[in-house]
Amino acid sequence: MFKKILIANRGEIACRVIKSAQRMGITTVAVYSEADRLALHVDMADEAVCIGPAPSAQSYLVTKNIMKAIRDTGADAVHPGYGFLSENAAFTRTLARKGITFIGPKPRAITAMGDKIASKKLAEKAGVNTIPGHLEVIKNASQAVKIARKIGYPVMLKASAGGGGEGMRVAYDDDECRDGFARATSEAISSFGDDRIFAEKFIEQPRHIEIQLIGDGHGNVVYLGERECSIQRRHQKVIEEAPSAFLDEATRQAMGAQAVALAKAVKYQSAGTVEFIVDKDRNFYFLEMNTRLQVEHPVTELITGFDLVEMMIRVAAGQKLQITQDDVKINGWAIEARVYAEDPFRNFLPSIGRLVRYQHPTNPAGNGIVRIDTGVYEGGEISMYYDPMIAKLVTWGRDRHHATALMQKALDEFYIRGVSHNIAFLSALVAHPRFEQGKITTNFIAEEYPDGFHPADAIHDDPLILVAVAACMNFAAHGRAMMDGGLEFEEAAQSCHDWVVVLDDTYHPISISSHYSGYDVKVEDRVIPVKTDWQLGEPLFHATIMDMDVCMQVECEDVCYRLTHGGVQADIHVLLPDVADLNKLMLVKQPPDTSNLLLSPMPGLLISLAVSPGQEVKEGEELAVIEAMKMENVMRASRDCVVEAIHVSEGDNLSVDQIIMDFT
Amino acid sequence: MHKIIRQLEEKRERARLGGGQRRIDAQHAKGKLTARERIKMLFDKDSFEEWDMFMEHRCTDFGMAENSIPGDGVVTGFGTINGRQVFVFSQDFTVFGGSLSASHAMKICKIMDQAMKVGAPVIGLNDSGGARIQEGVDSLAAYGEVFQRNVMASGVIPQISMIMGPCAGGAVYSPAMTDFIFMVEDSSYMFVTGPDVVKTVTHEDVSLEELGGATTHTSRSGVADKSFNNDVDALLFLRRFMDFLPANNTEKPPVRETPDAASRVEMSLDTLIPDNPNKPYDMMELIRKVVDEGDFFELQPQYAGNILIGLARMEGSTVGIVANQPMVLAGCLDINASIKAARFVRFCDCFNIPVVTLVDVPGFMPGTAQEYGGIIKHGAKLLYAFAEATVPKVTLITRKAYGGAYDVMSSKHLRGDVNFAWPTAEIAVMGPKGAVEIIFRKDIGDDKKIAARTEEYRNQFANPFVAGSRGFIDDVIMPHNTRARICRSLRMLQNKLVENPWKKHGNIPL
Repeated sequence: MFKKILIANRGEIACRVIKSAQRMGITTVAVYSEADRLALHVDMADEAVCIGPAPSAQSYLVTKNIMKAIRDTGADAVHPGYGFLSENAAFTRTLARKGITFIGPKPRAITAMGDKIASKKLAEKAGVNTIPGHLEVIKNASQAVKIARKIGYPVMLKASAGGGGEGMRVAYDDDECRDGFARATSEAISSFGDDRIFAEKFIEQPRHIEIQLIGDGHGNVVYLGERECSIQRRHQKVIEEAPSAFLDEATRQAMGAQAVALAKAVKYQSAGTVEFIVDKDRNFYFLEMNTRLQVEHPVTELITGFDLVEMMIRVAAGQKLQITQDDVKINGWAIEARVYAEDPFRNFLPSIGRLVRYQHPTNPAGNGIVRIDTGVYEGGEISMYYDPMIAKLVTWGRDRHHATALMQKALDEFYIRGVSHNIAFLSALVAHPRFEQGKITTNFIAEEYPDGFHPADAIHDDPLILVAVAACMNFAAHGRAMMDGGLEFEEAAQSCHDWVVVLDDTYHPISISSHYSGYDVKVEDRVIPVKTDWQLGEPLFHATIMDMDVCMQVECEDVCYRLTHGGVQADIHVLLPDVADLNKLMLVKQPPDTSNLLLSPMPGLLISLAVSPGQEVKEGEELAVIEAMKMENVMRASRDCVVEAIHVSEGDNLSVDQIIMDFT
Repeated sequence: MHKIIRQLEEKRERARLGGGQRRIDAQHAKGKLTARERIKMLFDKDSFEEWDMFMEHRCTDFGMAENSIPGDGVVTGFGTINGRQVFVFSQDFTVFGGSLSASHAMKICKIMDQAMKVGAPVIGLNDSGGARIQEGVDSLAAYGEVFQRNVMASGVIPQISMIMGPCAGGAVYSPAMTDFIFMVEDSSYMFVTGPDVVKTVTHEDVSLEELGGATTHTSRSGVADKSFNNDVDALLFLRRFMDFLPANNTEKPPVRETPDAASRVEMSLDTLIPDNPNKPYDMMELIRKVVDEGDFFELQPQYAGNILIGLARMEGSTVGIVANQPMVLAGCLDINASIKAARFVRFCDCFNIPVVTLVDVPGFMPGTAQEYGGIIKHGAKLLYAFAEATVPKVTLITRKAYGGAYDVMSSKHLRGDVNFAWPTAEIAVMGPKGAVEIIFRKDIGDDKKIAARTEEYRNQFANPFVAGSRGFIDDVIMPHNTRARICRSLRMLQNKLVENPWKKHGNIPL
């Protein structure tokens, strides 16, 4: 076994690997860039070496620097994590030359699977289903029909130069095929000036389901069930689960067998993943093989009970797999949600900065598991240089329903302040009826949120729960405030039972009383029992409300209570009944009209201004360039107008919604 | 007897109606509450006791003899806020536009006198068109009476002004003399001369809102301490605000039970200070993580953002927080920041509120604008305020404490009781770069040498230990223990007793 492992990665995966290695009694070495000096993985590892400046291209991706770190620390093996150098065959060869073990597959397997076409051919040869298609250019409509019949309908005709849906036509029969060929061709000419058309089997209601496998150096390969990763946004996985709600045992076995066959064909000896696309009739086709540990590996670990990292280390050290296929049993259900520093309400704009508050959920009191894989901590930084992932939140329950419920609760408990995050989006996804029913495809997000994610898309609770929580908070706050006048708490708190809770312009008259284990809130002749031991100032309000386990993030803001549940924020007033009547007299103030303003959509640096006051601009004309996250964003006029005044100058640091200029 | 009682009831009814239903409706249509509705909201249920409900004006000119309304445009009396006694006057815009007559002013003076006798705060809810012009000089004299009482009460009982409508001309000087001025957005304004006069005299075209609206006074002039969305928010806030204050200058503010342990550790504070000394960080985070329940009541949030002031509690007791904000102008002291903080420190000192000062100050703001504006005199105000204050003073230097600004920010030399520094503190005459350019002037141009010298200076002085070796810093503390250390210091200082030498009053550089 290895004495010392260097982890050539950062963030949560580095921490994840360090944990397993340390449990196995292996010394760990972290590498870090200058931006990661205070990162969690550096703190966790036994040793740490700086390998260069912040940009990955000058640190985590530089083989030379990592080789030096290996030399300096005397590490005898390297775990690459995922991303960075994990699928870089040249890196593994360099390691091999120096006699350092790469904890991953052999370079030959990496190379074989790294090439899309070569891997597809290899897969075909190994008896793996691939998407039927015709790789030659189709000459005319009748040939198209002939080919389509051979592939089997439905068929997708697509332009060779195409992309983004243009020049693509789906045909379900011969007529549609002839018609589609003509249209695709003309579109292809007009859009790309290239009329070459190909045909491929069209996958209906596609699902992304992948098989996790592990092989050793002794020719053994076992598969560890599947993971379904259909919930994707722009090809980025958002939620993954294992097993898949869609597969039956026969399909699972067939997929597993093919994955194993492919792995054996390339003498695969590490953890790897064979990705399939599965259609509505459970036909499955090979997509690609990932020759690394996947981001979503924890769901497999939770349902099989195996530690994939440990297995990778053992097989890399030449050990034989301790298990056979018969030992792999699927137990319960696991779901993973990727918590990202991005603002779902602003088109998922990445967010960077300091994690002012970061409290992750903990294991549930009863059955089930909540696992957090993270590389950050409260007071840490989400850096602009790397993937803005905050954590992987994984829950395990006895079945899918249980795991989902735990996920929802865990998302409610996840307390993040200082950077934007996608908790509201994740909460909405797992609460979506289609998710609940397992009716998901890779188009799920695009179909359900075609224009992006908006506040109206977020989940909205039974308002009575929010009303009840606000009422309880107010009861405690009011009681304590009344003690200033010399009353005892009980006397003070009980001095007023009737209140009106104002939520989204709806007035809910309530009556509240407290007892030893919580409160009874009477709303509209219904008594809502709230069992809680929440105390003023605590950020999480844990309670059992109407027999439901509820966790809300609560803050007292100036004169209202701010409740966050399912990632959705509500500002609630709790008023005495006669004050509530007066409150109805208050004018509703219109938010300021911003149509005449250019606001900064993100925090960033104003690189340049393209216009000056008094200048006429046409719709689409460039107004300014803002640099954020190393990306230059061009601000353009949304209509014809005249620049009235410019409020910032080049080189200024802009905050979100800062006024850049106004128009007449 | 029965008839007399009925008469009383009728008289009360009439008084309660103020300027009549039509005017009340007009007030409501503007989203404003009436004088009585405001009082009802402000005080605990059924706790308000009204005085002088039947008082009327005595003016006979310009047909005023036939035009009299009981109460005369102001509702006065006392009540409780969370059980603690407070006096109030609430001007009634529905009665003669809330204008101030001699009788109106007498009512205000009466409750102010009473508040002084019993040592309870006075809240003014201002909504007045100004002087009662029909009364001429009587009205002016009446203002004078109020002003004089404002001055006498200053520093004895807390005086709070909530501007909920117009407040123009000489009338502004009563709120101006009180401890805090709050405003309601879009429905209140304050100015000495209105837009019409401004136009005539200076030919400036300016709207009511621009000249004296809540935004103007909270962000430009600094006259107002905070503004609110509407009457209801304003009054709810005011209730919460009063809980922080003592009844008078001989008492301490109420202590509030809190489940938040004094020993709470905040590991994340260990990474608050960025590696790069020129990179800002948000001082607000430190404040929120140190005070009870993260509850910080910021005052003047829109004005002079380079310094933060506000009230909070530690172990349940009110503290005043003064903190440089590196996010704005690098946290340097300028004229506005000095005035803002100086007045706040003096308020805290008046009312036995300990001052916790968080320091990250690169110095005073340079430039002609500042010098011509009198930064010497205005900066001195802050120095004076810290120096004369006898309340407990706990100071923490998080990062920079350079030059004169170091002295000013509640340093040991200004009788700071407990002065802490974080290990990241740099207490020096100036930043290493500037210092080296002066000391090693001859090496300028030789970047290598300058860099070496800068490093040398940084190692020598950019730390808290030199100051520590002189006793100017009592201890260097771990950031994560900040709350515990400040709480302990404040506990130790609970019974601090220091008196300044007898004098009529000091001569603060005004």
